[in-house]
Amino acid sequence: MSGAEYLLFILMLSIFLGFELINKVPATLHTPLMSGANAISGITVVGAVALAGTGSETMAMWLGVGAVTLASINVVGGYMVTDRMLGFFKKKED
Amino acid sequence: MTTELMTQLGYVVAAGLFIFGLKMLGSPATARRGNMVSAIGMLVAIVAALLDQGIVDFTYIAAGMVVGGAIGAIAARAVAMTSMPEMVALFNGLGGAASLLVGWAALSPDSGTFTLVTIVLSILIGGVTLTGSLVAYGKLSETIGSGAITFSGQQIVNSLVVLGIFGGAVMFCMNPTDPNWLYMVIGLALLFGIMAVIPIGGADMPVVISLLNSYSGLAACAAGFAINNNALIVAGSLVGASGIILTQIMCKAMNRSLSNVLFSGFASVSNEETVVEGEIKPISVEDAYYVLEAATNVAIIPGYGMAVAQAQHVVKELTELLENNGCEVNFGIHPVAGRMPGHMNVLLAEADVPYDQLLEMDEINPRMETVDVAIVIGANDVVNPAAREVESSPIYGMPVINVADARTVFVLKRSMASGFAGIENPLFYKENTRMLFGDAKESIGGLIREFS
Repeated sequence: MSGAEYLLFILMLSIFLGFELINKVPATLHTPLMSGANAISGITVVGAVALAGTGSETMAMWLGVGAVTLASINVVGGYMVTDRMLGFFKKKED
Repeated sequence: MTTELMTQLGYVVAAGLFIFGLKMLGSPATARRGNMVSAIGMLVAIVAALLDQGIVDFTYIAAGMVVGGAIGAIAARAVAMTSMPEMVALFNGLGGAASLLVGWAALSPDSGTFTLVTIVLSILIGGVTLTGSLVAYGKLSETIGSGAITFSGQQIVNSLVVLGIFGGAVMFCMNPTDPNWLYMVIGLALLFGIMAVIPIGGADMPVVISLLNSYSGLAACAAGFAINNNALIVAGSLVGASGIILTQIMCKAMNRSLSNVLFSGFASVSNEETVVEGEIKPISVEDAYYVLEAATNVAIIPGYGMAVAQAQHVVKELTELLENNGCEVNFGIHPVAGRMPGHMNVLLAEADVPYDQLLEMDEINPRMETVDVAIVIGANDVVNPAAREVESSPIYGMPVINVADARTVFVLKRSMASGFAGIENPLFYKENTRMLFGDAKESIGGLIREFS
């Protein structure tokens, strides 16, 4: 099985899973959740590397290089700022 | 084992790590490790992608990653926690832009119709996310006015833009070799992002950035279809789902539907004359101290005004003094208290307030009757009893923190000006309310001096 119907199948399952998972995140952590989601949406870098690495110097390659750069900002910046924020959250010491 | 198979297995592992990471975000105790797990997932996905046989030249990939990574790292270190909403808005936009570029680059002369449709979708969603986020960033950082921008004929212009997008998209799918249709769709998508966000006022930006967060995921998802990549589809839809849930939570906390937020500015709501009975009763710092000194249960209700006054650190200091005095202190946090979902929690956590003292609205409200003193700092609309009592009020029906149920309410306020939404607040006139006028940071500083 490959092609569109297979991809749609994956899409449906991950949307349901996403709703289930995110609903369990407490309101306290919604800002880190969003910045963490920013980082995950940098996944586009995975698609962009194949386009940026053709070595062909076509327009598609340059578009891919642009996408790698932008998505890398998201990935690195997103994970780092989320880690910084989550580092603030401490339990009360008795 | 072929490298193609290894790449695909890498994506499976990465997806599993993303899911596990998000699951660990379900509790503050495991959240930081969860973020790390998610980051490892990303690393696995990137390594898997680099195994691609089609990659012959790593120079530009490395350059892009180094430049992008450096910018991201610097931004993540430098950003102040008060500016997190702007940063998230900007990152949403970058995510959208990256998906736009990938969708565009994926176009080849032998693309089938399904691929063409997904290319258009990733360009469209990515483009709207990019410019919409830039406008949201401008409004949040106040580089452009934070008010709603409306003009006559706006609906007509927007309808024309949408029609143009549809027309251009259909023509592009039928004539994929003619780049002009593609440029038209890109241009109109970018224009539509601007048009969609300018009529929304600054007070509604938490909803907008949640929604754009969702779009950045959906754009990645569409790009995943365009280039036939599972990793993008799974990760993109997780982000999409997250943004949609946060959008719903924000709308519910403001008692408004999403369409109401998107299509009507708050300012256009008529200013009902609320008849308020009673009088304002100011209190001095010294008298406030005597009340607090005798209190055994205090609830602090912060609003964004607390962050503006940079008062979170003195608030934490006051909390410690009260606790040493044998008093229980909790924070009641309304979902829209900051400028993005969960913003206030981060600001308080940064000031070393332990997370088990940060209570959600539904947790603090039932306890309010046992509270001796509720201290409202820089919050207004989220504690406005008009939302429960005055049917003609524009915020009627919005869930609020019922501070008036506490024995005594202190409201720390600079002056008698009304809140962000410009609505009269009957709380200030209640029998058990005392107004502590002045800068929140100085007032609390005064209380701290009385204690020591």
